[in-house]
Amino acid sequence: MPNVTTLNVNGKKLRVDVDSQTPLLYVLRDYLNLTGTKYGCGEARCGACTILADGQAMRSCVTPVGRVSDKQITTIEGMEQDGKLHPLQEAFLKADALQCGYCTSGMIMAAAALLKKNAKPSRDEIVKHMDANVCRCGTYPRIVKAIEIASGAAKEVAE
Amino acid sequence: MNDHDLELEHERYELFAGPTYNFNFNRRQFLKAFSGGIALIVPVSNLVAHTLQQEGESGRRSNERVPDDIGAWIHIDEKGTVSVFTGKVEIGQNIRTSLTQAVAEELHVPLDTIRMVMADTDLTPFDLGTFGSLTTPRMAPQLRKAAAAARETLITLAAEQWKVEPASVRIVNARFVNHDASKSLTLAEVAKGQKLVKTIPADVATTAAKDWTVAGTSVPKVDGRAFVTGKHQYTTDMRREGMLYGRIVRPSALEAKLVSSDTKAAEAMPGVVVVRDGDFIGVVAPDRATAIRAEKAIAVHWQAPGQPGNDELFAYLKKNAEAGRARPVGSVAEGMAAADKKLSQTYNIAYIAHAPLEPRAAVAEWTDGKLTVWTGTQRPFGVREELAEAFHIPQEKIRVIVPDTGSGYGGKHTGECAIEAARLARASGKPVKLVWTREEEFNWAYFRPAGVIEVNSGVKNDGTVTAWEFHNYNSGGSGIQVKYDFANQDIQFHNSKSPLRQGSYRGLAATANHFAREVHIDELAQLVNIDPVQFRLKNIKDARLKAVLEAAADKFGWSRKKDEGRGRGIACGFEKGSYIATAAEVSVDAKTGRVKIERVVESFECGAIVNQLHLHNQVEGAVVQAIGGAMFESIQFKNGQILNGKFSQYRLPRFSDAPVIEVVLLDRKDLPSAGAGETPIVGLAPAIANAIFDLTRVRIRALPLAPNGILNRG
Repeated sequence: MPNVTTLNVNGKKLRVDVDSQTPLLYVLRDYLNLTGTKYGCGEARCGACTILADGQAMRSCVTPVGRVSDKQITTIEGMEQDGKLHPLQEAFLKADALQCGYCTSGMIMAAAALLKKNAKPSRDEIVKHMDANVCRCGTYPRIVKAIEIASGAAKEVAE
Repeated sequence: MNDHDLELEHERYELFAGPTYNFNFNRRQFLKAFSGGIALIVPVSNLVAHTLQQEGESGRRSNERVPDDIGAWIHIDEKGTVSVFTGKVEIGQNIRTSLTQAVAEELHVPLDTIRMVMADTDLTPFDLGTFGSLTTPRMAPQLRKAAAAARETLITLAAEQWKVEPASVRIVNARFVNHDASKSLTLAEVAKGQKLVKTIPADVATTAAKDWTVAGTSVPKVDGRAFVTGKHQYTTDMRREGMLYGRIVRPSALEAKLVSSDTKAAEAMPGVVVVRDGDFIGVVAPDRATAIRAEKAIAVHWQAPGQPGNDELFAYLKKNAEAGRARPVGSVAEGMAAADKKLSQTYNIAYIAHAPLEPRAAVAEWTDGKLTVWTGTQRPFGVREELAEAFHIPQEKIRVIVPDTGSGYGGKHTGECAIEAARLARASGKPVKLVWTREEEFNWAYFRPAGVIEVNSGVKNDGTVTAWEFHNYNSGGSGIQVKYDFANQDIQFHNSKSPLRQGSYRGLAATANHFAREVHIDELAQLVNIDPVQFRLKNIKDARLKAVLEAAADKFGWSRKKDEGRGRGIACGFEKGSYIATAAEVSVDAKTGRVKIERVVESFECGAIVNQLHLHNQVEGAVVQAIGGAMFESIQFKNGQILNGKFSQYRLPRFSDAPVIEVVLLDRKDLPSAGAGETPIVGLAPAIANAIFDLTRVRIRALPLAPNGILNRG
């Protein structure tokens, strides 16, 4: 397969020149300097590398860049618009839904994909959708709360 | 000697490397870093001695001799910027926030005027490491004193400018105002032109917890925005000009020796440098893909010694155990003689992995013979020492910088990755980034120790425990002492030979020791047919332990009738200055035997609460992390190979594992604040084991409890 030469990331067409088999994660991190997307396991088991491709959550660590070269890719860096945080980012801060923060980008992107297809998910739907994302610090109850805040299902701030 | 010192004495893992004292950040370095303005110094002796000693005359001195042993310092520069220099590391426990709160409180300035400079061996004073839940009880009070002293000094200077009494000057929102607020000065205006250094006086008064207005409140994570936007630069995210990517050729098994290698194919690749040094083989390349290709192109033959595996582990640990140090209380023999019933049981603890989501990583750079390494570690100064030893260079030639790190849980005390990156950088003459893969993290880091715990006890029919003999083999000494009022005790820790590399872990052996103790207590309660809460209360005199136990039982509704199909268990304990009780409710799927944790209530008391929000978060997170070690985490190994060293094979707690968690925080404003990062993890495993027994009458005496459910255990 020929090299991938352009990628649509966060609404911009960016030039690259990488082997189409290169995992998207490393194209983002090493070539485009978009380091908000993280490596955690390299086998799609932790979700730290989650991005959106045409609105769908994908594990960038196992996605060859050739497979998404014609898609609209959104990373955590594309969530903030004109200095205004995305409602999920606001909600993660409100709910204190992070400790070390290393899983946070992937969590926010996975949650964004959920809210795109289901604007008012139930608690069970949130848990089911998010179950493939790991937070080793154990902030799961707070992340659920944050998603509920972002969806409008919860107003109160977690303790 | 107090409790902390006892625990550290027991816990060999914390002290395996480096001296306890290291006075490297000396007067010379300080003066280099101090350009002007006002500095308040916390001497190391204050940090380690616990209570402030009067040193020489009372300390109301200014521009005094700078001490040799600086533990931390606060600097207000001539622009009015407040910088706090501490060697502590932020790894998700939110001390960047809690320490900022302490300083803001005493200095009477807004949080955002304070800059925390942490864990940079060139800029921050020596610190032994960020572990043992010591930041809050030891560093915070000292920074508080330094900030209070800084405030008093600044007020005196402002008063001098106005030629008024210092007592008439106040700080309001980072401005100094006179008695009727007709005049005001900024921090910068007061600090300008000053070059004033003070060691914090011994008698400086700080704000009592009951009067806290900044500490004690739920201040959000100070740099939270950087994390939710992906902007925070972890070590793994760093990039230096001309940086190359490194990979290491790993041995075939633990302790394997290199027999032969063929690196020609790799060396022929453009841009690739192969580094061979003894058994070390690594490569660097301009990009990651090439580095991986080069690593794979190296043919290596290793010879591995045979190694014990899981099957023989517990027998092996017993067989290789050393004699423990007996420090008996009363007489176990007499206690046994007085008992109505006796019980002997053995509890086994598996190795588990920390699995921090950010793996070990380092970026190393040599410039004019000086080495700079950015790396995620809990012991920046320990890593600097490891580097000095590995490269035979003085520590002054090494700078270790720790960006706020993707967690550690006790798993990042060592400098392997830093050394490897530095070796590759030296060979290639360029900055090198090395990020361990998840598999490397599992195979070449270290584990929470496995262990065998044997308990012999005696109890009277009225519930009085008359004898308590407790032997821990290999797992560790943390949390081994009881807070129960047992008249006759013989508690011993026995070192052993570990087949796997082992080290610190959140809470250390306190989880194992609480598991064995609290399950055994439950067994004794059952033996004499007394309710587990009542049984514990009968043997507790300590008011703080009693308070957390009752708080958890109350919130849980222990006295209520049990729900159909649910089992419940409780456990309590003490470690690192804080008290905990955990009550849990479980159900078991009749078909699959899968244990589901339905609900957990955890009460926690660590003295005066510094930040309710983050404490709540820590306690909740510890409960979730504890689910792994309690229920399913266990390293499988054989012949020096880790058999489940990746996330697809090593089960971690996930969203669906997290039960409803109710946290009860007891705020004791009359008591000093203890650390809280570790102890909340220790109660869950025994509470779950006891709940499983309550429901099924199956008594499980091993961690993990039910990796495959309780129908097909093993």
